[in-house]
Amino acid sequence: MYDLKNIYYPESPEEAVRMLEADENSVLVCGGTDVLIRIREGRLAGVSLVSLNDMRELKRMERESDGTIHIGPAVTFSALSDDPLIREYLPPLGEAAGTVGGPQIRNMGTIGGNICNGATSADTASMLKALNARLVLLGSGGEREISIHDFYTGPGRTVRRREEVLTDIRVAREDYEDMYGAYIKYGKRDAMEIATLGCAVLARTDTDKTHIRDIRIAYGVAAPTPIRCFQTEEALRGRPIDAALFARLRRDVLSEVSPRSSWRASKTFRIQLVKELGERALRQALARAGVPDILKGGGGHA
Amino acid sequence: MEIGKNRRRVDAWAKVTGTAKYTADLYPANCLTAKVIRSTIANGRVVSMDVREALKVPGVVKIVTCFDVPDIQFPTPGHPWSVEKSHQDIADRKLLNERVRVYGDDIGAVIAEDELAAEKAARLVRVTYETYEPLLSVEAAMAPEASRIHEEKPGNIVASSGFKIGEGDFDRLKEDGGLIYVSGTYTTQSVQHCHLEVPVSFAYMEAGRIVVVTSTQIPHIVRRVISQALGMDMGKIRVIKPYVGGGFGNKQDVLYEPLNAFLATLVGGRPVKIELSREETLGCTRVRHAITFKLEGLADKEGNLIARRFTGYSNQGGYASHAHAIMANAANIFKQLYQDKGVLESKSYTVYTNIPTGGAMRGYGIPQGDFGTEAFIEDMAWAVGMDPLEFRLKNCMKAGYKDPHLGIACYSYGLKDCMEKGRAYIHWDEKREAYAHQTGPVRRGVGMAIFCYKTGVHPISLETASCRMILNQDGSMQLQMGAAEIGQGADTVFTQMAAESTGISAEKIHIQTFQDTDVSPFDTGAYASRQTYVSGKAIRKTGLLFKSKILAYASEKLHIPGDGMDIRDDAVVDKESGDILLTLGALAEEAFYSLDHSVHITAEATSHCKDNTFATGACFVELEVDIPVGKIKIRDIINVHDSGRLINPKLAEAQVHGGMSMGLGYALGEKLIIDDQGRPRNADLLDYKMPTAMDTPDLHAAFVEIADETGPYGNKALGEPPAIPVAPAVRNALLHATGIHFNALPLDPQTLVERFMKEGLIETEGTAYV
Repeated sequence: MYDLKNIYYPESPEEAVRMLEADENSVLVCGGTDVLIRIREGRLAGVSLVSLNDMRELKRMERESDGTIHIGPAVTFSALSDDPLIREYLPPLGEAAGTVGGPQIRNMGTIGGNICNGATSADTASMLKALNARLVLLGSGGEREISIHDFYTGPGRTVRRREEVLTDIRVAREDYEDMYGAYIKYGKRDAMEIATLGCAVLARTDTDKTHIRDIRIAYGVAAPTPIRCFQTEEALRGRPIDAALFARLRRDVLSEVSPRSSWRASKTFRIQLVKELGERALRQALARAGVPDILKGGGGHA
Repeated sequence: MEIGKNRRRVDAWAKVTGTAKYTADLYPANCLTAKVIRSTIANGRVVSMDVREALKVPGVVKIVTCFDVPDIQFPTPGHPWSVEKSHQDIADRKLLNERVRVYGDDIGAVIAEDELAAEKAARLVRVTYETYEPLLSVEAAMAPEASRIHEEKPGNIVASSGFKIGEGDFDRLKEDGGLIYVSGTYTTQSVQHCHLEVPVSFAYMEAGRIVVVTSTQIPHIVRRVISQALGMDMGKIRVIKPYVGGGFGNKQDVLYEPLNAFLATLVGGRPVKIELSREETLGCTRVRHAITFKLEGLADKEGNLIARRFTGYSNQGGYASHAHAIMANAANIFKQLYQDKGVLESKSYTVYTNIPTGGAMRGYGIPQGDFGTEAFIEDMAWAVGMDPLEFRLKNCMKAGYKDPHLGIACYSYGLKDCMEKGRAYIHWDEKREAYAHQTGPVRRGVGMAIFCYKTGVHPISLETASCRMILNQDGSMQLQMGAAEIGQGADTVFTQMAAESTGISAEKIHIQTFQDTDVSPFDTGAYASRQTYVSGKAIRKTGLLFKSKILAYASEKLHIPGDGMDIRDDAVVDKESGDILLTLGALAEEAFYSLDHSVHITAEATSHCKDNTFATGACFVELEVDIPVGKIKIRDIINVHDSGRLINPKLAEAQVHGGMSMGLGYALGEKLIIDDQGRPRNADLLDYKMPTAMDTPDLHAAFVEIADETGPYGNKALGEPPAIPVAPAVRNALLHATGIHFNALPLDPQTLVERFMKEGLIETEGTAYV
């Protein structure tokens, strides 16, 4: 049994905003795989829910003529992984969504819920960071579009106001075209996991596949929020694909992450994973880009 | 022949279609909900509880505090009662405890119309404590300055024991020199059973009696403990056990049934239920004891085991529960599995602390003891420079072994056959050689461990079991057992046994799965690996009696001497020719309704079992370890069991798979993490890392089927053994792969990575890796 006061079912995002404004004790739910747990634990006991679960408007997947891809925030993880647009243009994002929890959670949980929850461990968040995603928030004063890089403000905290609804997630053509990527979720077991560390890498090579033209490296759980390693990326751009590239990555990312020790995992352990997963994810991304024999140099599977 | 047949489970259809009724399916109308109010400290005393705000919550019926319960201390473990006072279980808790000994201790209860009201009220109760420093480790609790957790036990030692086998003195042998000396400290962690169905019960009063319906392994013992806890006549208590979704020993403890019964008496007998959450189940019921072993050994250069010394410390947690029986069992496997040419010295302690209470869990101390024993034996073989399989073959328990203290013997023996079978399956000799000198980040290894396990609890405790067979009008049989089906398949093998011993076909045997203490004959329940052995004997005895009664009636009717007839395929037949003389349907109809001689044919017998025998086996593992990320992948694993004759090979195989899965969780990730205040941090299934289907490799089970003369159908233990040898086999395979001796469970990734860094298997400089 859940200690709920009310559940509202708005017909549109605008109505959802009005309902959130009308009831100060209400929160958004879009999937509920995190919110309901908090209610059950008593942390959100007695709350009212404004449900976006069945709002078709927020489940649209589209690609514009300029190549911009729109991802509906209420799309579930499993629908995202199976979506033809995602499969064609953003396979690494589908891969990240496929690592969330287990099948039941992936059938309920949504990408919008995943990022609005504010958790550093959100599996799609680090990939969206790598993709330079832009987020559209609808509030009583209208829409605002912000970069995902400006979205997170701390553990469990984002710039989204309680009464704002995330209505669109946008990825521009230059952020995915000719980019190959990989997401490695490291958990202590292989399903039903919260990431001990997550690493998302996107890479673009030159045509003869010997040099890095562009690279994006993002981590979850390596800091209080999902982070990008912009300085490391800058240092690696244009470099030849060789052993020194990976050594540099392993060294440089350390100055950009700030993992902490908790009872779940020690800092020492997480730092080792930062290095190892960064290299492995880059190798996988490069393998997908067609760089030959690139998986052999690293360790095993993660 | 029913024995040895892969009969489909008698409850399969009911369970997969959802018609099988579990406790929560049976809540009566008008049932109230009770929620336990739990302490937020691990060690101290409740000074006061202010319930005024909580009582205002709509729907709250009553709030009971630790100041309102009878001043009676009672024991909780599911042991047969001992008529000797000195052997009786430790009575160290009340229905609700003013003296807090664990985090989440039961200090009060809210009874409400629904769960939400109960939970809300429980959160509003203001508790004032007198707080003491939590004593979390055995060392802290045994320190001279440590406070007393239980007034009755100064020094916090629940019990200790020791023995010596052989002549001589360990220290002298060590000083004499010439022998290889090995020592090590091996530790195991607290883990939880994680049965699918949480502890759940409801209680109500009827005609001045209390009825408790509960998910338990031990219905008759629950009845006795309720009687003790409430100070109430046993005859006035009725316990009913419906279908049960697993117990693994946690429900071999009387958990909340006495409190539930008590609460029902406070609301005029109206039904009250207590259904624990998963979090309460993990953090506030029982765990497998964390045990530390300090082990020493001496071997000669030829690999003969000369002497060993064992010291064990079991962390009991706040309440005695099964107490020292677990630690003593762990010490026993160290003694039984190998014999020393010289001397074995053994000492064990069970110590109260303020961590969650240890109780029974599948294997009852032996998974811990086997981890210590088999990791240590591996290390001795390593020190001697001998193949660990050869070292084991040379020194392990031999055919005919008899425990010098308990008298339990190997009445059948398949240990070495198990080892040879596993050796061939895993390609031991080739792979030990092939993986001997590896480098690089990913390495492989093979490892093994053996075990022995006594089937029942004789002669330590009473072994008694009863069975009742009732003939129906159509010649079919109702079978009533005091023993409990809890998911393990007992009802199916009982049915097969009854068919075997009576000649009535299994399809016509209707076993009553609900134990009801008003009706069911007495049996102490589902624990140890006793039921097919001990309760099986009761079936055999009753079956023969039942058959003789049927034949006597047939003899009367047919005027043929009873010993010239038999029952086969639901008919009385001529013993020699097999010709059908009378169907059981016709016989039963006559027996019920005859105007000449009407009799209801039933049989009931108690078997007081004074036998016990060792089951044995081995686990072989091949693994691959990804060193930089600390991940172990099981490439292949097999358990080979010597469990006597198999009653139902398919069910036996399933039993082995389940145990291996439990063993892998124990080996690789499960651990209840307790913080410095004694609070479980990961009492939920997200952070308590039970393996999922994705983590579980293909599991292989094999058997050496050697009939045991003491088993009712040639059978011996199989319920618990599969969980025993897996963790040490994994540990030993990891040693083979990496050369590193991991002496503490679990072998989780962080533990591995940090150790690999220390040992130089992982470069710690950020720049050095190319």
